[in-house]
Amino acid sequence: MTESPARYTLLQKILLYALLIVMAIIVAFPLYQALITSLATDTDVATPKLFPASFHWQNFVDANEQAPLIRYLLNSVVQSSLVTVSHLILASLAAYAFAFIEFRWKNFFFLLFLSTMMIPWEATIIPNFLTITGRNPLPICSDNEVFVNALQFFKNINLIGFTVDPSKPSCTFTFKDTYLGLALPYMATAFGTFLVRQFFLSIPKDLHDAAVIDGCGRLRFLLTIAVPLARPALGTLAVFSFLQTYNQYLWPLLVTNDKNMRTVQIGLALLQDQERLQPNLVMAGVVFVLIPTFALFILGNRQLIRGLTAGAVKG
Amino acid sequence: MTISPSTRQAHALSPSQVRSQRLRAIRNFITAILFLSPSLIIFILFVFVPLLKTIQLSLYLTDPIGRMAAFAGLENYQRIFEEKDLYNSLKVSLLFAIYVVPSTIILALFLALLSNVRLKMISVFRVIFSSTIAVSGAMTSLIFLYLYNPVGGVLNYILDLVGLPRVQWLVNEATALPSVSIVTIWLNLGFCTVLLLAALQGVSQELYESATIDGAGFWASFRHITIPMISPTIFFLLVVQTLNALQTFTQINILTRGGPVESTNVIVYLIYRAFYFNSQYGIAAALSVVLFLIMLVLTIIQFGVLERRVHYA
Repeated sequence: MTESPARYTLLQKILLYALLIVMAIIVAFPLYQALITSLATDTDVATPKLFPASFHWQNFVDANEQAPLIRYLLNSVVQSSLVTVSHLILASLAAYAFAFIEFRWKNFFFLLFLSTMMIPWEATIIPNFLTITGRNPLPICSDNEVFVNALQFFKNINLIGFTVDPSKPSCTFTFKDTYLGLALPYMATAFGTFLVRQFFLSIPKDLHDAAVIDGCGRLRFLLTIAVPLARPALGTLAVFSFLQTYNQYLWPLLVTNDKNMRTVQIGLALLQDQERLQPNLVMAGVVFVLIPTFALFILGNRQLIRGLTAGAVKG
Repeated sequence: MTISPSTRQAHALSPSQVRSQRLRAIRNFITAILFLSPSLIIFILFVFVPLLKTIQLSLYLTDPIGRMAAFAGLENYQRIFEEKDLYNSLKVSLLFAIYVVPSTIILALFLALLSNVRLKMISVFRVIFSSTIAVSGAMTSLIFLYLYNPVGGVLNYILDLVGLPRVQWLVNEATALPSVSIVTIWLNLGFCTVLLLAALQGVSQELYESATIDGAGFWASFRHITIPMISPTIFFLLVVQTLNALQTFTQINILTRGGPVESTNVIVYLIYRAFYFNSQYGIAAALSVVLFLIMLVLTIIQFGVLERRVHYA
């Protein structure tokens, strides 16, 4: 028997397709409902519908007026980009050391990286919450104008937060309601390091040794030879990290309080909670938030799935 | 006597060569640490130190902004074990894991088997089945909050259409936890299906062919070939999904906030309430340590009992 698409009888084919369609409808039903509700008028949304009754695109405009969705999206994209870029850089650097350098206690450091994947978030989140949202005094700040100006610049782009206390010559510093506060604890990745290392290991070691002896520095080898060769792994990591950060919920909930610094996930959830929005506007918001991840999912499908499977093999 | 190349080399080394070799080892070590240091600094600051600090916090009485006030020994632990909150939450969390984990894996296995056929358009179905990977817990919860609405929700509307009694979903004490479980199963379905499908595609076609020649039917092949061959993936999913289920927070916070009558107050939600609303950092840390230990023990049990039955090719 050869493996051709025609190895099923007609009846089997019909049965398989019927089963596939039924399961696809069940799996896609919640998203389908979100989509048709997001396009329903205020009167249509009062009664449940199985099929779209209207295509009221105005909901997306209205939802954006009710909530600064664009701002939330910007916050999420900045946070996710910070984490993703950091993952790509830090994972490449660490993977280089694990793949190309022979050094003492290599196994120990490797296990140390591995162990970070086994420590659950609830075992670390309370101290991290206290570190990031705490206000720390900065004694040297207010009498040094250059320093204050630099801090002010970073504050203006929402990377850090600080307040000058005019009565006392001091100021306090915090990561609460800042992009760095959102991103900093998640900027390193053990998973990404292993993924990239796996790719680096397939580069012949002789190539590395020859290049480095020929006066090509280690960093130059990493940038001009290793990283371009590992592009597929880095693509996987980028899609994976971005999705994971964009979809975070608890951490942004804990470290942002300012309405302007909320990410899409909590911005929308809090909106539904506090403002009692009409369901069609909430669903318009949901669809709006899902567009970037679905675009990434469709475009990066292959990379993502390869990454997930590679991660699973490690387990 | 033959001397192996390496010992011969070692004998031939002059003291200066030994020194240069040692220098190179030190230089390599420093270089490696430099390459690792950005990651190491993040891990130390935000994983290892916090882990130790959590344990330390759990042994202290804390003030409302989380500073340690006085050493309390095991007092925090004593307190959480004296109150019935912890036992309720442990029960809820375990029940939740039991509702979610087996159903997700069985359903995902069914979808993976179904989409592992060679038919036209099959890739469309594969994309649909894995699509929930792209959806976050928060968005899933918002969607289901709408679907579950007792009055205007479409799920009760469908029940009406087929003549079944309406369900109170999230509002009723008896159905709230199963309802949150359904949300979680849907959310994790994509991830599990992708992994199981990849595992199924890795099973050699020849195995099935020779089994068919030997007269094995679908069920016999499934039991004796498919399941053993994909058992590493099933085991991996079992461990990971159990850990995930015990740490579920998003769905609870958006859908039920622990209610009604504490019926969905999972242990992570208890921790969140303790430190975020009540500022009881010491208590929350003690609860975190307890959950960490439970998860560790569960994982060890899973490895000890189940992994022996896993077939690694």
